[in-house]
Amino acid sequence: MSSVSAYVNEHEHEHDHKPRGLARWLFTTNHKDIGILYMLFGVTFFLVGGLFAELIRAQLIHPANHVLTPELYNQAITLHGLVMVFAALMPVTAGFANYVIPLMIGAPDMALPRLNNWGFWLLPPAAVVLVFPGILQLFGVGNGPIDTGWTIYAPLSVRSGLGVDFAIFAIVLLGASSLMASINIIVTIFNMRAPGVTMMKLPLFAWSWLITAFLLIAVFPALIAGGLMLLTDRHFGTHFFSAAGGGDPVLWEHLFWFFGHPEVYILLLPTAGLLSHILSAFARKPIFGYRAQVYAYWTIGVLSVIVWAHHMFTSGMPIAGQLYFMYSTMAISIPVTVLFICWLGTIWRGALSFETPMLFALGYIGLFGIGGLTGLTLADAVADQQYHNSYYLVAHFHYTLFGGPIMGVMAAAYFYLPKITGHMYSERAGRWHFWLCIIGFNLTFIPQFLAGIAGAERRVVDYPIQFAGFHMASSIGAFILGAAQLLLVYNIVVAWRGRTEPASARVWEGAQGLEFTLPSPPPYHTFAERPAVV
Amino acid sequence: MSADITMTSNVTGSQRYYLPQPSPYPVLVSAALLVLFIGSGLRVNGVGAGSWLMAAGLLLLLYAVVHWFSGVIAESRGGVYHRWESRSFRLGMIWFIISEIVLFATFFAVLFYERRISVPWLASLDPRFSPWPGFVGGWPTAGPAGHRFATIGPLGIPLVNTILLLSSGATVTWAHWGLKENRRQQLIAGLIVTILLGAVFVLLQAYEFHHAYTELGLTLGSGVYGATFFMLTGLHGLHVTVGLVMLTTILGRSLKGHFSAEHRFAVEAVSWYWHFVDVVWLCLFVLVYSV
Ligand SMILES: [Cu+2]
Repeated sequence: MSSVSAYVNEHEHEHDHKPRGLARWLFTTNHKDIGILYMLFGVTFFLVGGLFAELIRAQLIHPANHVLTPELYNQAITLHGLVMVFAALMPVTAGFANYVIPLMIGAPDMALPRLNNWGFWLLPPAAVVLVFPGILQLFGVGNGPIDTGWTIYAPLSVRSGLGVDFAIFAIVLLGASSLMASINIIVTIFNMRAPGVTMMKLPLFAWSWLITAFLLIAVFPALIAGGLMLLTDRHFGTHFFSAAGGGDPVLWEHLFWFFGHPEVYILLLPTAGLLSHILSAFARKPIFGYRAQVYAYWTIGVLSVIVWAHHMFTSGMPIAGQLYFMYSTMAISIPVTVLFICWLGTIWRGALSFETPMLFALGYIGLFGIGGLTGLTLADAVADQQYHNSYYLVAHFHYTLFGGPIMGVMAAAYFYLPKITGHMYSERAGRWHFWLCIIGFNLTFIPQFLAGIAGAERRVVDYPIQFAGFHMASSIGAFILGAAQLLLVYNIVVAWRGRTEPASARVWEGAQGLEFTLPSPPPYHTFAERPAVV
Repeated sequence: MSADITMTSNVTGSQRYYLPQPSPYPVLVSAALLVLFIGSGLRVNGVGAGSWLMAAGLLLLLYAVVHWFSGVIAESRGGVYHRWESRSFRLGMIWFIISEIVLFATFFAVLFYERRISVPWLASLDPRFSPWPGFVGGWPTAGPAGHRFATIGPLGIPLVNTILLLSSGATVTWAHWGLKENRRQQLIAGLIVTILLGAVFVLLQAYEFHHAYTELGLTLGSGVYGATFFMLTGLHGLHVTVGLVMLTTILGRSLKGHFSAEHRFAVEAVSWYWHFVDVVWLCLFVLVYSV
């Protein structure tokens, strides 16, 4: 952090003073500072979440292993999921929104700067609250952090230890953070666009985040409500999720997945928007199908809130319900296919070059494509009876969530790193990072597809001996994938320290958009006077 | 998108957006919430210092929120907000209320699910799987086993409360009309009447809760009927209380002469919020008490 503040202090041309050192970052109302905070927080917890994944894979490298106790294993899979979704991916995409959207639309800052600061600073308390039971355990209180799996299903979560209570409070904080960020982004896009930036000239990244923000406001309160009910079921004698008082544990599943399915698109959409910009830059061609993509975002957004129960085919559901959720889920593949066609149309016959951001962008198309196709097989209510709760499911959602959002975030990180720091990263290390990601990722998850089809159950600390080969390969892949991320850290440090080649304003030959008309790095305050876009 | 930009040369006041200086209060609010939630987590598990931490968190929260808002009010008095900034505040409030609507909608959906799906489904099972002997699957659920309770009908206090809250919606609108025409006396009188109506509502709700717990045997533990009843009415009561705090703040500021027909965002936002709790109450009156 010190290197950032040293860097920015040297280079900015400031009109008003700001506190130095820690106070600057704690009290900042500047969208660039807040964007950087979000991104650093996200990268840090990406590594933390990755560490949990490595622990899981170390345990599973061969049968009857004893790296983790069953209790620690359950905590590791739970925290891996919660950290990656809430503390890694969501903060990073919010960071890009904060840093880039005001630059893209010619706004002087986010519309509600103090609220923006609060939105970020809700995240560290949430992380502390989530892991606090681990500290309590050291003093002999309770049995550690939440261990129910990231879906926190009742009745297990009603009976489980105090880790669940702290996880509920963490979710309330995270929810408040996401809602504040969403409100800010919506208001910024509605109210802060420079003259001439009409809605249908809005950069796709801004559009994709707008739909994301709508989704967050539409679904996160439902999870908060669910958390409150879980808390009262645990401590205040209610029976929302207990048949003993007329309630139903399946109600929790409905509430969780009403949030949880749109959450996939909340993670995905911002990177889908970024992807269009990146592909267009490295194909040196305008974005293909701008309108089609905007309509696809809307369609995805609307469909995503009415399909949640495809996660619950095996929980028991009337046939009519199964058919409805099956067909509506499959319908989502139509707007998603529109996005794919537009991405391919953008690079079709372009003058392509393959710098690191482009490599990750192409990797996104390939891996997320596999995630989407295997999702279709899981959406089939009949086939799902076999796939559900097997490693096939685990492999599928890692292809969608790593293959889509994380690959997209990597592409965007390399795309904007020179813009944000003012210096290039090491292209060589970037390429190594990409190829190790691709090899490590596929080696981790292709065996999981195969093991899952053969009937390997997920979420269990041990497994029958016939899956040993799959698990061995998967663990080796995970170690490669984990080690590869150190190259990302290396590249971030390299660009920050600023000893490499300075980046031009345009950075990439084919880059388009207002943010690439500003110097790299942009001054502390930009567009204090409204630009007119013609 | 074409990226040719020209700087507009004649920058007037309304072309510059007000950007606040760095502020310590947002991060202080977060710190307060950290203390509050760690305290709460300890408290519900019966661990020592929980209650003290909760109290400390709440005090810190109060301190930080008061200072944050005082700063905003001072800026507003200092004339730094114009139409552009005002529009941000208005949009922000609207989207905040939308998120609150989703929160209540979720609890209404839970009520629907428990009443129309979960309870009838349990009743359709073989009697050996009934949650308690004599379970019939009606609504109210007539207890979990050994826990009988009576319910509150719509025609007593709830009807009175409906009239009170609907009238308060009218009086706050009347107050707002007064402000639009710069009639300060009407604004102040309207706010006072609204606050009184709201306060009586909260007192009656508190009395009703007390009555339910002590005489009717209706508690949070009264099966899903009691759970949904208290969750919905309790959360609503909390929102009315917050609304009253907001109204009182606005009244104090009106007495100091803070608002005018041009500068009335705070009054407008509070009246939106008050109408929102009003509408939620109407849904409660119909779906929780009457149907
Ligand atoms: Cu889903």
